[in-house]
Amino acid sequence: MESAPLIQFENVSFYYTDEFGEKLPVLQNLNLTIAEGEFVTIIGHNGSGKSTLAKLMNALLLPAEGEVRVGPWKTGATQEVWKIRQMVGLVFQNPDNQIVGSTVEDDVAFGLENIGVPPAEMRERIDAALKAVGMAAYAQRQPHKLSGGQKQRTAIAGIIAMRPRVLILDEATAMLDPQGRKEIMELVRRLNREAGITVINISHFPEEAVDADRVVVMRQGKIFMQGTPRNVFADVTRLQETGLDVPLAVRIQHYLSANGVPIPPLLHQKELVEELCRLFLNR
Amino acid sequence: MNLLQNFPIGQYVPGHSFIHRLDPRCKLLYVLIFAVLVFMANDGLSYAILALFTLLIMKGSSISYRYILRGLKPVWFLLALTFLLHVLMTKGGTVYLAWGWLTVEAEGVRQAVFISVRLALLALFSSLLTLTTSPLELADGLERLLHPLSRVGVPVHEIALMLTIALRFIPTLLDETDKIIKAQASRGIDFETGGLWKRLRNLVAIVVPLFVSAFRRAEELALAMEARGYRGGEGRTKLRQLRFTWRDLLAFGIALILFAVIGWVRR
Ligand SMILES: Nc1ncnc2c1ncn2[C@@H]1O[C@H](COP(=O)(O)OP(=O)(O)OP(=O)(O)O)[C@@H](O)[C@H]1O
Ligand SMILES: [Mg+2]
Repeated sequence: MESAPLIQFENVSFYYTDEFGEKLPVLQNLNLTIAEGEFVTIIGHNGSGKSTLAKLMNALLLPAEGEVRVGPWKTGATQEVWKIRQMVGLVFQNPDNQIVGSTVEDDVAFGLENIGVPPAEMRERIDAALKAVGMAAYAQRQPHKLSGGQKQRTAIAGIIAMRPRVLILDEATAMLDPQGRKEIMELVRRLNREAGITVINISHFPEEAVDADRVVVMRQGKIFMQGTPRNVFADVTRLQETGLDVPLAVRIQHYLSANGVPIPPLLHQKELVEELCRLFLNR
Repeated sequence: MNLLQNFPIGQYVPGHSFIHRLDPRCKLLYVLIFAVLVFMANDGLSYAILALFTLLIMKGSSISYRYILRGLKPVWFLLALTFLLHVLMTKGGTVYLAWGWLTVEAEGVRQAVFISVRLALLALFSSLLTLTTSPLELADGLERLLHPLSRVGVPVHEIALMLTIALRFIPTLLDETDKIIKAQASRGIDFETGGLWKRLRNLVAIVVPLFVSAFRRAEELALAMEARGYRGGEGRTKLRQLRFTWRDLLAFGIALILFAVIGWVRR
């Protein structure tokens, strides 16, 4: 898994300016490295700077201090923002407000049209992308006639058609029902595994973090904790003190072991069930 | 489902007829050509030829006459009005009817008939354009046809993009309007009864949230477009390629013949 850094934040600070010209610090002295092929989940409070982080990664925002490097480029000091945006795709929360085309395939075409792909090649790429997200049967459909999950899959198709190396999901599952959420997570996991696309998933659902290679916890514009899901969620008390949720299985394990039930740290619901069964049988 | 769900955008009737399959640029140009022909025509025979031609196109579009005529509803009033005005105002020739200072004279009737036929033909012909061409194709066709104007600073690409985005968001915003109406009604706002003024005032409760949300959508959409590498029309390619085919060639050929015929028979 360890390979060259694809995205690198070095002492990055970022401010928004309010209507009185006052600087509001959003990110402070942040350092972060994303390696090619990684699956990283970012969790954190509302307003902790997760979306800002995402926008800094594809030059929608530029750092006030420090450096953001994406592939060979520095986002603040290059004319190649278009190449950066082709390389780092961003899926937003509201599916309705990111679909531009009047039909599914028109929407997938939008990004390709922007980067000047010839029409014949566009056709192939659209078909492949729609197939990859399981939307091939809906190519001619109008977006408002799709379910939320289908809309997000269309948005993802629009991005993978551009052949990016990084796919960032900024709470892309927040407005979906559990079924839609599951579909999207399965899809991005597959893209990560099979197509080798680096995935950065920003989420409010701690359950989405358990299968990640790495979890990054943001708090007030800083990285509060990071590491493998196992390590990060092992510190339940620290996470809960800051008001962050942990996966259900982790929470139950924590309560049980705090109350003297001998049960090892775990992550998945399945593990929890197995441990409980073992305890029950060895009673 | 709900009332707003079936709001028609334009009045496009999907199909595969000869007329449907013409290039949108060809059809757009044809409306112009037809307008010129209609203004060249100046006697019964030339109008009859054009009317016959329109009828042929209606037939060729395989859309029912009833449906086409229904689409002309808003024009009927205008037609009746022009007819009436011309009958009453234009003087000359034999007096058919006299009623106080109101008279109906031969020249008036002639003018009234011709002008209304002109209007009716133009309205019919342009409605055939929107009936057989999807709004998306129309936007594409317009963008291509007007492309030369971008060299003199007309934002042709932006206008076409605006059109397509509007088309994309009309259903979304209609859905939203429906939701807002229901939400406000459940808060006790009554849209059904009361005087005109009260009802208008209650409309504010729909329009304001709708605008707020539309602006929020616009902002997010702009960001999403930028994130997907949008940077204006330059260097952009298009998925939908327009291609003139033998059909369009045939159509233009017919236009030439029509010009010759009308030029010959007109007085
Ligand atoms: N356009 C803006 N102008 C001014 N302040 C902003 C703007 N966008 C975000 N902020 C502020 O920056 C901070 C970080 O915002 P950001 O959107 O990055 O948070 P987030 O972690 O994505 O939150 P959420 O979980 O709610 O999406 C917040 O305090 C927010 O109020
Ligand atoms: Mg956010």
